Amino acid sequence: MSNIYVNDFPILQKTMNGKRLVYLDNGATTQKPLSVINAVQEYYAAFNANPHRGAYELSVKATQIYEDAREKARKFLGAKKTSEIIFTKNATESLNLLAYSYGMTFINPGDEIVISIAEHHSNIVPWQQVAKAKGATLQYLYVNEAGILTDEEIEKKISTKTKIVAVTQVSNVLGIINPIEKIVRKAHSVGAVVIVDGAQSVPHFAVDVRALDVDFLVFSGHKMLAPMGVGVLYGKEHLLDKMPPFLSGGDMIEYVWEQDTSFAPLPAKFEAGTQNVGGVLGLSAAIDYIEKVGFSNIEQIEEDLIHYAIPKLQQLPFITLYGCNDLSKKTGVISFNVEDIHPHDVSSILDADGVAIRAGHHCAHPLMQYLGVNATCRASFYFYNTREDVDALIHALGRVRGVLGYGS
Amino acid sequence: MDLSEIYTEIIAEHNKSKRNKKQMENPTVVLKGRNPSCGDEIELALKVEKGIIQDASFTGVGCAISQASTSMMIDLVRGQTIEKAQILIDTFLGMIKREITEEDQLEILDEAVALQNISNMPARVKCAVLSWHTLESAITTEKENK
Repeated sequence: MSNIYVNDFPILQKTMNGKRLVYLDNGATTQKPLSVINAVQEYYAAFNANPHRGAYELSVKATQIYEDAREKARKFLGAKKTSEIIFTKNATESLNLLAYSYGMTFINPGDEIVISIAEHHSNIVPWQQVAKAKGATLQYLYVNEAGILTDEEIEKKISTKTKIVAVTQVSNVLGIINPIEKIVRKAHSVGAVVIVDGAQSVPHFAVDVRALDVDFLVFSGHKMLAPMGVGVLYGKEHLLDKMPPFLSGGDMIEYVWEQDTSFAPLPAKFEAGTQNVGGVLGLSAAIDYIEKVGFSNIEQIEEDLIHYAIPKLQQLPFITLYGCNDLSKKTGVISFNVEDIHPHDVSSILDADGVAIRAGHHCAHPLMQYLGVNATCRASFYFYNTREDVDALIHALGRVRGVLGYGS
Repeated sequence: MDLSEIYTEIIAEHNKSKRNKKQMENPTVVLKGRNPSCGDEIELALKVEKGIIQDASFTGVGCAISQASTSMMIDLVRGQTIEKAQILIDTFLGMIKREITEEDQLEILDEAVALQNISNMPARVKCAVLSWHTLESAITTEKENK
């Protein structure tokens, strides 16, 4: 079964170790279509100047490109105003901005910050820093054996002490979709704000920040076809307005005196220094490409791939799967282990067949400790993957144990 | 990449063997080695008496490369003086960094020469050297304790 999108991705035409590249590490970063690569190249070939500064044609054009991309991101997320869209380096920087600006300002001793056990380190470590600095407590929402966040857990952990709930919409290890609506309802009922890490969701299904009523949402461009080095922070205007700047310097000011500064209004207040305009244009082209493919199509392709892959993996007696009980609450992410074989060896052996998967702790040490595993293998799909890619994975897995002298 | 050059029989054997993987009673020095990029962790135990490594063993989890490398290292240093162990460490790390390539210089590494091809796999070098760096730290600790 071929896939019409593969031809748009130059890197997917390459061979790896003499084999066709089977790229199954989309949870880490996706490949880039030619339209995105061309958009970045065109920016530097035809439009490069520092936006918001020069009163000359080229700078005006660069400004327009940058602000048009902001409008595109606003529509993409269903935000109310463009001033609610802040460009950052990636989801990690967006989360740090929130921790240092919102957290350090509005968290007080005795307050609780609630996160889930299935967070990426980028949504754990900044909150540990805030909790330590402010004398607050970091509370965890634990998932059940199937990897699901239950209503009881949400009811139990989010209380009147809770000031911030920061959760991922989709686990980067298990691919399980969290019940954001329920979390938002509970958090808002106790007066807490909700921060959603959309790094693993925004690339894979339609996310509407107003329909979800989340207070903040972050994502990385590079996990959704865009170049590395560009990310987004969405925040409700009245919240962003009352937050102090995170980074300060050029372009985020209104006026600077010797001893004081007045800050620019949103969104410039949070965009100090020259921004990654080429990257932002790449993100804009990535959104165009994703909208052309369509989220219903993307979801259908990923759903087909996991429904095709999981039964095949279950037929291999030496495979243990994690978080694969309920495929209706899952994106195209499969975590597994091969009996007796460490994930890094699995990954090296698959690499010899051109199959690229992630192996290790996936920047989620606490979840690994909670699952009682040291590391897992992870295959993560995107819409350009095919059933042939799954077949290549299954075929390569068949020889892993033999290479290390174990029987099949 | 030819897998048989990396996952040789000798590496597969050491990976499976539990000969050197066990708790030690009354060690003189115990040290943890961590590989933060993969989360792997080993604990190396030594019994050093009068400057001689009387016994060595390890526990912990890791990939075949790190487990085999640790097991081979223990075979090599057991019964050796700490000075000889340091020479073995320098030779092994030199081999992985491709600074030592002469066969006669590498001879003292015996079976551990099987890990020479890891130098062609940058992603896995850390796995091979983890226990050797841990041993070097353990020897330093041991010397400081004296």
